[in-house]
Amino acid sequence: MKQFLYFIRKEFFHLWRDKRTMLILFGMPLMQILIFGFALTNEVKNTRIGVLDNSKDEASLAIINELEASRYFDIEENIRSNADLEKAFQSGKIKMAVVFPNNFQEELLHANKAPIQLIGDATDPNVANTLINYASAIILDYQGNMKDFQKYPYTINAEVRMLYNPQMKGSYNFVPGVMAMVLMLVCAMMTSISIVREKELGTMEVILVSPIVPIRVVIAKMVPYFLLSTINIASILLLSVFVLEVPIQGNLWLLVGECLLFTVTVLALGLLISSMAGSQQTAMLISLMGLFLPTVMLSGFMFPVENMPIPLQVISNIVPAKWFYYIVKNVMIKGLGFGYIWKETLVLVGMTAFFMIVSIRKFKTRLE
Amino acid sequence: MRVLRILLEKEFRQVFRNPAILRMIFMMPAVQLLIMPLAADYEVKNVKICIVDYDHSTYSQKLTNKIVASNYFQMVDYTDSYAKALERVENDEADLVLQIPASFERQLVKEDESTLFLALNAINGVKANLGGAYLRSIIGDFNREVRLEWVQLPRFSPVPLIEISSVNWFNPLMNYRFFMVPGILVILVTMVGAFLSALNIVKEKEIGTIEQINVTPLRKYQFILGKLIPFWVLGQIILTIGLIISWLFYGIVPVGSIATIYIFAAVYLLAVLGLGLLVSTFANTQQQAMLLSFFMMMIFILLGGLYTSIDSMPKWAQIFTKFNPVAYFIEVMRMVVLKGSTLYDIRSHLGIVFVFGVVLNSFAVWNYRKRS
Repeated sequence: MKQFLYFIRKEFFHLWRDKRTMLILFGMPLMQILIFGFALTNEVKNTRIGVLDNSKDEASLAIINELEASRYFDIEENIRSNADLEKAFQSGKIKMAVVFPNNFQEELLHANKAPIQLIGDATDPNVANTLINYASAIILDYQGNMKDFQKYPYTINAEVRMLYNPQMKGSYNFVPGVMAMVLMLVCAMMTSISIVREKELGTMEVILVSPIVPIRVVIAKMVPYFLLSTINIASILLLSVFVLEVPIQGNLWLLVGECLLFTVTVLALGLLISSMAGSQQTAMLISLMGLFLPTVMLSGFMFPVENMPIPLQVISNIVPAKWFYYIVKNVMIKGLGFGYIWKETLVLVGMTAFFMIVSIRKFKTRLE
Repeated sequence: MRVLRILLEKEFRQVFRNPAILRMIFMMPAVQLLIMPLAADYEVKNVKICIVDYDHSTYSQKLTNKIVASNYFQMVDYTDSYAKALERVENDEADLVLQIPASFERQLVKEDESTLFLALNAINGVKANLGGAYLRSIIGDFNREVRLEWVQLPRFSPVPLIEISSVNWFNPLMNYRFFMVPGILVILVTMVGAFLSALNIVKEKEIGTIEQINVTPLRKYQFILGKLIPFWVLGQIILTIGLIISWLFYGIVPVGSIATIYIFAAVYLLAVLGLGLLVSTFANTQQQAMLLSFFMMMIFILLGGLYTSIDSMPKWAQIFTKFNPVAYFIEVMRMVVLKGSTLYDIRSHLGIVFVFGVVLNSFAVWNYRKRS
């Protein structure tokens, strides 16, 4: 036992004395929370649009003013012809264009009907859709205010309520994902690399010929990373509550418990990788390709799982982060109790046990 | 010159005799380009809806049928209890709930006005927004039909009507993959370039072979060039593989000229490799180099406009993207591949990235010390 404690101390020194790594490990969650919380929004605002006004009358100017006044659009000047428009799209200056025909107002007042064309840059389909929706709403608003006409007969109103996330903040979706990503990185990648490093530098050999039980050495390596992750979990939760204002709706201890469970799962994964990899570069490659990318892509926090083709949906079930993400989302944001997530918890426990058993059986006490 | 040639020969041998690197070069493009666009599908479809009908009238039936008949929604439940519907949302079985209140039809007919309630699961903002918008447009359509039924035709419309038509340029079918694949290609070239070059020098440091190089009469710039050129070539090879894959599997043929892409990539790789070299002069172990470049790449990629548009970022983030080479290449790639922009259109991007390349590389050369 005493030996074991000494080993843990040694690992702490390794970690402590590498200031650059420490800085990044603590800085990473901070940066991620800031980026995801503030910079990555799907909200559309201040998008540059072009206006080709062939009529230049009161009505078209009024609509242009309305568009300009909304917080969604900024109007790019200097568009006088179709050729200008095309150029502006091609050089990426504008994302949408509004085209008024000749005699817009005249037609509107006399024929009671006038067309407006909206051209979207569909390189990004969702943005194009959203922009066109917003612009249409503004134009329709203008149309509605044109005359103080009587109310439409037979009107169906739709009252909309946003559940769980009334302000439509992107961070509600991202906080659980960031947690999964950081834990993956700190636990799986860092542990596996630090174990393989001893192999590569040859110090593993020294350990293997000493009377210490080798698996204890490996477990001692995990302890500092485990503690580091608990600090990271705490800082992510604090940041998201106090900086991003994402409240923890459910039971805090349940949430912490699940986070610790996931930490252990990922540590076991790191152990598994280290028993397979021979060099640091291979360990990195496996953690990047095999762990990090699936975590980002298949866990559902960046891209909706139900949109994926069936084979990928099936594969996504073996990504531990998917289950963790589901659990955190339900506990933290929806405020559900253990009754709703026991199945997912069980899956994580099962995965952990599986990784542990396989990696301990594969752990070699002999050099090749 | 001869020194450089010999050094290059050594570097190329080192690369081609390392199976891990070779695997990375050929596997990464394949895996990323084949799987990621399939997974990275933001297109909102199959919104799962739960309809709570307290009215059970002809109109509520009609509306329900209309929603089911549209392609956007997939009805998971039709109940008469809001609590049940909410439970479905809690279990992630439904994304939105439409509640049709009792006496919906009677109020509509007698009082000229009636209200429906929508509840959206707003954790995923995009889905909630678009799903809500689809549903409202269906309700609007339904409303028009009801009106037609009651208001006699033909009746002259006294209200001026603006007819809005919309067109989608550059990607008329709104194929989300056309948007993602060029961006992913950029990430690929960036990751391989930055990681490989960063790890390379550090590995020499860690193993100790850098000592041998430090005692040779090799000049700093020769050493750096010797490290740069092989990875520059590898980057172009990966780009080629990526372009071929996106042509074979997604049918994406650049509208603009391929030469433009290669010219930009040539300059861009200079900047990315410079970044990798800079990292490697700072780090002492591979673990550090890995973490450092991973950290930077993550920030660059997330703020590069691959997933979310740069226009909607806050001011500070937008200023940051001005210093982000990845953002420039993603934009150029989409412009050339989808819109057919020419070298002239992207001249400012090209100039800026070239400046990055020069600055990063000179910094790396300056920071590389032959003394330990």
